[in-house]
Amino acid sequence: MANFFDIKARKEAAAANGSSSKAPATKETTRSQPWVEKYRPKSLSDVTAQDHTITVLQRTLQSSNLPHMLFYGPPGTGKTSTVLALAKELYGPELIKTRVLELNASDERGISIVREKVKDFARMQLSNPSAEYRTRYPCPPYKIIVLDEADSMTQDAQSALRRTMETYSKITRFCLICNYVTRIIDPLASRCSKFRFKSLDQGNAKKRVEGIADMEGVKLEDGAADALIKCSEGDLRKAITFLQSAARLVGETQVKGDDEDAMDVDHDAKMVTVKIVEDIAGVIPEKTIEGLVKAMQPRSKGLVYEAVANVVTDMIADGWSATQVIAQLYQSIIYNEAIPDIQKNKIVLLFSESDKRLVDGSDEHLTILDLALRTSNIMAGA
Amino acid sequence: MALLVDKHRPRSLDQLSYHPDLSARLRSLAQSGDFPHLLVYGPSGAGKKTRIVATLKELYGPGVEKIKIDSRVFQTTSNRKLEFNIVASIYHLEITPSDVGTYDRVVVQDLLKEVAQTQQVDQSARQRFKVVVINEADHLTRDAQAALRRTMEKYSPNLRLILVANSTANIIAPIRSRTLLVRVAAPTEAEICDVLAKSGKKEGWPLANELNMRIAKESGRNLRRALLMYEAVHAQNEKVTDTTPIPPPDWDALIGQVAKEIMEEHSPARILQVRAKLYDLLTHCIPPTTILKTLTFKLVEMIDDALKADIIKWAAFYEHRIRTGTKVIFHLEAFVAKFMRILEEYLMNMDF
Repeated sequence: MANFFDIKARKEAAAANGSSSKAPATKETTRSQPWVEKYRPKSLSDVTAQDHTITVLQRTLQSSNLPHMLFYGPPGTGKTSTVLALAKELYGPELIKTRVLELNASDERGISIVREKVKDFARMQLSNPSAEYRTRYPCPPYKIIVLDEADSMTQDAQSALRRTMETYSKITRFCLICNYVTRIIDPLASRCSKFRFKSLDQGNAKKRVEGIADMEGVKLEDGAADALIKCSEGDLRKAITFLQSAARLVGETQVKGDDEDAMDVDHDAKMVTVKIVEDIAGVIPEKTIEGLVKAMQPRSKGLVYEAVANVVTDMIADGWSATQVIAQLYQSIIYNEAIPDIQKNKIVLLFSESDKRLVDGSDEHLTILDLALRTSNIMAGA
Repeated sequence: MALLVDKHRPRSLDQLSYHPDLSARLRSLAQSGDFPHLLVYGPSGAGKKTRIVATLKELYGPGVEKIKIDSRVFQTTSNRKLEFNIVASIYHLEITPSDVGTYDRVVVQDLLKEVAQTQQVDQSARQRFKVVVINEADHLTRDAQAALRRTMEKYSPNLRLILVANSTANIIAPIRSRTLLVRVAAPTEAEICDVLAKSGKKEGWPLANELNMRIAKESGRNLRRALLMYEAVHAQNEKVTDTTPIPPPDWDALIGQVAKEIMEEHSPARILQVRAKLYDLLTHCIPPTTILKTLTFKLVEMIDDALKADIIKWAAFYEHRIRTGTKVIFHLEAFVAKFMRILEEYLMNMDF
């Protein structure tokens, strides 16, 4: 029991324990980490393809005066990564715990939390870092509160922030992150300097994906990287998740450094192919969509119904997601030169309606069948 | 006595009879050591759950089959108490958050965090993480899904999620981009026949190929329904031959009757009659979508080809109304009235 109170002895014991068990444990965790986390940018300069935002932030970093910030943009463009990287560069690993408060949608964020937790944290005085630590990191004299996924906060909770942001602005900076800037109430938005994160362009995303594949020792088939980027629609996180899943599927899980020669032989047999990528992304094979389009071609009325109904029933039973069906059908019809523009006008309306219905939770079978039949009706010139 | 569906359910990945590619894929995932979050989707009766259980077994060994049911109480911010059932083994939890309706966010937040913050107790366990299976993920509210987002990343060393859904349409994009999508297609009719023959053999029932074929066709590629029908046929008849009729479920028969009545006469009085039957169906908890869909497909078979597209259009329209509206019967009736009107109009034009 005496040992229990002896802090020094306990620390030593912990250290001894740690040294024996720590090493394999850390290895395990890095291995089972999603690559999205593993390759999260460590510093601001690592963030891919948001040049404008990064230059502005780096400049504020030097002047050590930060405004309140509002980051917005589609998912997977690096909003959270940027803030985390910024915080790391400002405070370093030790101070980051006391100086940064991160709240996201997984935390309760009603008005009471804003009043208590956020206010308490904002009010807290700053601790002084040691002089030596300060030489390594800028350690500016304010704390950062990161409100991730701020668009899912209630209006009340947002308005409760308004005054808080101003009152404690001497020692606290807020950083709001959201997908839809319109869901942030105006008074909050006007207090922040806004940064728009744009969808990643093909070139940058591809470079990043290939870089990660290279570091993980995954071989990509020609065009597989392009397929990854295409399926992920500018969402880098999605692309990386797809890449990791694909790598797992082909059994590419051994960490590098075993027997290099033997590994190489293995790799040649197991490459990430375009097909695997499309499989993972849930892309419907061209042939299936073509079949549907063909069934929709104008014929005498009864035949069209029979043909379309059969194809749609099979599609639903195969479990293809209706949203994906709509997206791909849209592509194949809109880019079809043979269909006159006046018909396309009408068809696009139908797509919009069907999409809305699906989001409302309508039955997929009926919705797709309806869409296909009505489209075919329009194509017949009715 | 257990039903055939449960009795002959495959317990491991090796026993799964169709989708060999998918089984191999799941196995390689389970053995690879870094299991991703999964989003399993497909029509009902395709075998999503069976595959998940088999995968869990591959991950942890037979320990996952010892399950217990926990009842937990959660408290919302407004101090309302929620009771919630959890099916759990020492390695995994299974929850259906949509049970508690709009309060599912509370459950997701509290429960997942609690699980995520404790490590695996069993030191000899094969995996360091626990698995949480979330049923009916497509019925989760937006809030609950948003709550999942960071949790999935932050606690990934201790926690893996398996989301089960019928469609991915209602899953928000950020969740989809964090999970590996696994599509489980419904078995083909031939595959259903094989399964039926196999479980018939296990039971010692005589083989009737024709009957199996018919059941497979009737079931609409839903294996669970096919097995239940198969068992029902055998339970109701002493001797089963190729020509034995397949008894349709009661509700199906009733809807068939409704369809026939609608076809016979198109008048307000008839709508009232139909209405009583529809109410009957609703009070027996047949989901409105099922009623409308079955009715539509039964009606479509009986009418002229020229009208079919139109009927489907209105069926889809009223189905959407059912979803967004509050009172189901209005929309069902409206559909019936609309159908009668369209048909009547068409017949009038024919006469002239």
